[in-house]
Amino acid sequence: MMETKKISKVDLIFEDIDPREILTRVKGMSATEIIEEVLESGLKGRGGAGFPTGMKWKFCSEEKEKDKYIVCNADEGEPGTFKDREILDRVAQKVYAGMTIAGKAVGAQTGIVYLRGEYKFLLPQLRAELEKFHKMIHELGFDFRIDFRIGSGAYICGEESALFESIEGRRGEPRNKPPYPTSSGLFGKPTSINNVETLVNSVIILKYGSEFYKKMGTQFSTGAKVFSVSGDTPKPGIYELELGMSLLEFVNEFGDGDTKAVQVGGAAGFCVPRKLFASTVIGFEGVPTGGSMKLFNSSRSMYNVLHNYLDFFNEESCGQCTPCRVGCQQLLKGVESVKRGESKSTYIDELVKLAATMKVASKCGLGQSVGNAFNSIVENFREEIIY
Amino acid sequence: MKKNKMVNLKINNQPVSVPEGSTVLQAAEKLNIHIPTLCNHDDLCVAGNCRVCVVEHKGARTLLAGCATPAAEGMDIMTNSLKVRNARKHVVELLLSEHRADCTKCYRNQNCELQELANEYSFGDHIFLDLVGDHEAMIDDASCAIIKDDSKCIRCQRCVRTCSQLQKVSAIAVSGKGSEMKISTFHDRPISHVVCTNCGQCVNRCPTGALTEKNYIDSVWDAIYDSGKHVVVQTAPAVRVALGEELGYDPGERVTGKMVTALKQLGFDSVLDTDFTADLTIMEEGTELLTRLKKALVEQDKETALPMTTSCSPGWVKFIEHKFPEFLPNVSTCKSPQQMFGALAKTYYADNRGVDPENIVSVSIMPCTAKKFEANRPEMRDSGYKDVDYVLTTREFAVMIKQAGIDFRTLEPSGYDSLMGDSTGAGVIFGATGGVMEAAIRTAYEIVTGKPVPFDNLNITPVRGMEGVKEASLKIEGCLKEWSFLEGVELKTAIAHGLTNANKVMTAVRNGEADYHFIEIMACPGGCIGGGGQPIPTNMTIRQSRIDAIYEEDMSLPIRKSHENPEVQAIYKDFLGEPNGHKSHELLHTHYIERVPY
Amino acid sequence: MYQTDNLIKDLVKEYGSRRDSLMPILQGIVEKHNYLTDDAMVEVAKELDISAAEVYGTASFYSFLDTEPRGKFVIRVCKTITCSMKGKHEVLETLEDMLKIKVGETTSNGIFTLLETNCMGWCHKAPAMLINDTPYTELTREKINEIIKEYMHK
Repeated sequence: MMETKKISKVDLIFEDIDPREILTRVKGMSATEIIEEVLESGLKGRGGAGFPTGMKWKFCSEEKEKDKYIVCNADEGEPGTFKDREILDRVAQKVYAGMTIAGKAVGAQTGIVYLRGEYKFLLPQLRAELEKFHKMIHELGFDFRIDFRIGSGAYICGEESALFESIEGRRGEPRNKPPYPTSSGLFGKPTSINNVETLVNSVIILKYGSEFYKKMGTQFSTGAKVFSVSGDTPKPGIYELELGMSLLEFVNEFGDGDTKAVQVGGAAGFCVPRKLFASTVIGFEGVPTGGSMKLFNSSRSMYNVLHNYLDFFNEESCGQCTPCRVGCQQLLKGVESVKRGESKSTYIDELVKLAATMKVASKCGLGQSVGNAFNSIVENFREEIIY
Repeated sequence: MKKNKMVNLKINNQPVSVPEGSTVLQAAEKLNIHIPTLCNHDDLCVAGNCRVCVVEHKGARTLLAGCATPAAEGMDIMTNSLKVRNARKHVVELLLSEHRADCTKCYRNQNCELQELANEYSFGDHIFLDLVGDHEAMIDDASCAIIKDDSKCIRCQRCVRTCSQLQKVSAIAVSGKGSEMKISTFHDRPISHVVCTNCGQCVNRCPTGALTEKNYIDSVWDAIYDSGKHVVVQTAPAVRVALGEELGYDPGERVTGKMVTALKQLGFDSVLDTDFTADLTIMEEGTELLTRLKKALVEQDKETALPMTTSCSPGWVKFIEHKFPEFLPNVSTCKSPQQMFGALAKTYYADNRGVDPENIVSVSIMPCTAKKFEANRPEMRDSGYKDVDYVLTTREFAVMIKQAGIDFRTLEPSGYDSLMGDSTGAGVIFGATGGVMEAAIRTAYEIVTGKPVPFDNLNITPVRGMEGVKEASLKIEGCLKEWSFLEGVELKTAIAHGLTNANKVMTAVRNGEADYHFIEIMACPGGCIGGGGQPIPTNMTIRQSRIDAIYEEDMSLPIRKSHENPEVQAIYKDFLGEPNGHKSHELLHTHYIERVPY
Repeated sequence: MYQTDNLIKDLVKEYGSRRDSLMPILQGIVEKHNYLTDDAMVEVAKELDISAAEVYGTASFYSFLDTEPRGKFVIRVCKTITCSMKGKHEVLETLEDMLKIKVGETTSNGIFTLLETNCMGWCHKAPAMLINDTPYTELTREKINEIIKEYMHK
């Protein structure tokens, strides 16, 4: 069994700090120094995929192009995740500061925040904050400007290359990779695209140092993470916790005493049943999450949960690649058919195999992760799905 | 990126070295390892959507799309591992589940890429649920040229890429998302009500039967078997160099004589040649150009629209009606050879043969789907009847040959019937990009100077070739007296094939960046030999083979200039009077109209 | 049909006529007129020199860029798992009762359109809905009653 940490709340993301102080210091640092510090911290992307942020910045900084972009991915659409909204609502200046730091690190003068359409109501206050921020960094001598682009209701646009397509005025269809964004991203230029929370973490790292940061979490999952807790819990909401705790610790803190499963990482994540709570680590070495933690108690039908997720993917797949477009329809229709008794119960096994194919053959992360929820729910709650 | 840098990798444990930038698929081709593909097409940009071409890269978490993944140093690729086969089978099964696999009733039966894959990977398993809904509601068959059947669509987007990249039309695009994703016209209007030019390039690239031409095979059979009808058939130049592909020949095989025999055996009353009216077009269009030049250069008439563009390609004509309506006066008023033929079949031919035009059924065999639309235009009834009754594509024609049980290979070649059956080399090359220009110059130069064009063997090579836009200029010297106003004039021409290139040329004209006198435009890549009605598949190599065959055919004919066609000379003497004369204007010329921009 | 000419011209002036101007322009039209008419899409296509089918294809990808007639207030009720667990059904029932329409429909006076939407990021305060851009959370019958009455008087 992996080593796990006790549950430990921290208050860094929402801490009220003056970004001016950090940016003044960053101004005096070289790009290499910034990248080294972030690399050293072990920070991994907080959007869900968990790519080392320092590496991303390093790759992007090594590109020779004059025009580069920093894109803040605020297209928070994973079911059960709402932390980015909270961060933007409460500490937008820190997000902008993170973008500015990233800009300095990779050599970009333009930042774009892609805000999901569902959060458009935040725009007036975000613009007001941005105006103040621009004034401040101008005074500090940064050559960096941030602008907004708004989504229009498409989950897939959270996928980085789909997000670029959307900004470029097209359907949000993920691109073939390689090339990766760091060499050819937005408008074909080198781009570092980072999640809202990741950017704020870079501010924390530059304020307190990588040594401090690394002391939180575990070897493979340094730092803390903002969790979006919802479902059957007496205290739904936003919690900043160190990574590396066991799911059992988590459920003891947030469960209602009757938790039978937790969906970690949203619809694209994994369903962990009660029997595995103790052995499941929340973090990159165990079950990673972009923050979504959804608790289900014994009154819930896991068939309904699965059906809801499949319905979601069925609508939100971009539809361009076969495994995802048709696979999602087959999984949805398939579980319905088994439930109604029109297909044999063993048809579920065909669907499990199909989900495995979707995992390896889909074009992007959406199609590749549909199988996570499907197979973990079917594996652990087979009877509920069939009967 | 450095040029010529090579990368080394292994595919199925065999080492291979390819230039940097090559895909895994191309690397595999070099080893003669077959990776199946579906959304991939040589003419189009990479999509990486269908996932049929997935391969395993040892150690990678996911499979890779062979068509979309650059070959990289040290790769260790397996194209046929168990993991790959399982995934590929699933992908094929998924496509089959969203496809109405009504194979035996399908026009594309036995020439369907999905069917081939199904034979290889599915073995009729059909493991998944059928997702096709009410298929009747998914068929748009209102157009006289193109049928779109969404129940057979597997969303590979080849058609969409064709329409946007090759044709710059984008009459169809991807709409909706998830399970609702499909290929749509503007707000799902019927294809007959949008900017579609009916070029049929999408039909030619559709791997299944989702996009097909509307076929008129049964109507033609009915006419043939109706003893009261006199059925005449014309064959376009590009058909004779492509028909063989449908009947087991390699691309580029000329089958003119056998084709004529086959038509006679099918029961047509008279087998004639569109080349005849191609030559006639040269006389009419050449005269029109010279007249326009005279008006513009001598009379300084500001109203005379120059540059003049050709009008033989109905895809191009519809394109300009939708996209550049302000240039409609620049389009030659000449009808296309098909329509000139139709108008004459029910007048000149009917008179000569003593047949009541009422009883003539005029059929044309074309490399083209847009010709179906053209034949149905209200403008095309100057004979007092529908000038061309039915248009068949090369593909439909091949179906008829097969239906009739004709053993094409063993046929003895024969010649066209007379009266509108004479061909010249100039008429034949109408089938290739640059061909109309070349034929026009061969004739116009000679009319103006009294001398043949100053090119070896009459081969005006600068106007030939596959370049998207070709420019050529010809200085006119030694004019005969009546043409002296052209002395020293440098005739500037442009030739474009594929509507994306047409769009480039017309945009340059619109922006005042070009001073051409004459522009030849053919809607399809390579010209008519690459038409939407030609055998499937068509690609760069195949188009080149057909073009080579066209020029061989030109060289093989005794007469290679339109004005020397004896039947053309006869028709002016006996019927039309003179080029652009009264009768010509009545029967052989027309005007076009502005159409919607969507 | 609404008059879009000036609006589209203004939007083009503000955002440009490049391909990447498309989303802000379409969003601007929807903000003002709730949905995209065919005329508006054709006009935008012309301004940006792209095909109308592509404009439609792009718009139809995004659930907030409606191409079918919508009311002045578009209500989108979240149907994803937490909201579904916490009473989405009652929310819809209440709205359908009040507005006398079903999901997908628009009231005959053209004021309200009732739709469902996927997770909108308010799971901890489920059930939730959006009316145009404004989110409403922790919905109850009473709360919905008040909210809708307020909109009825707007």
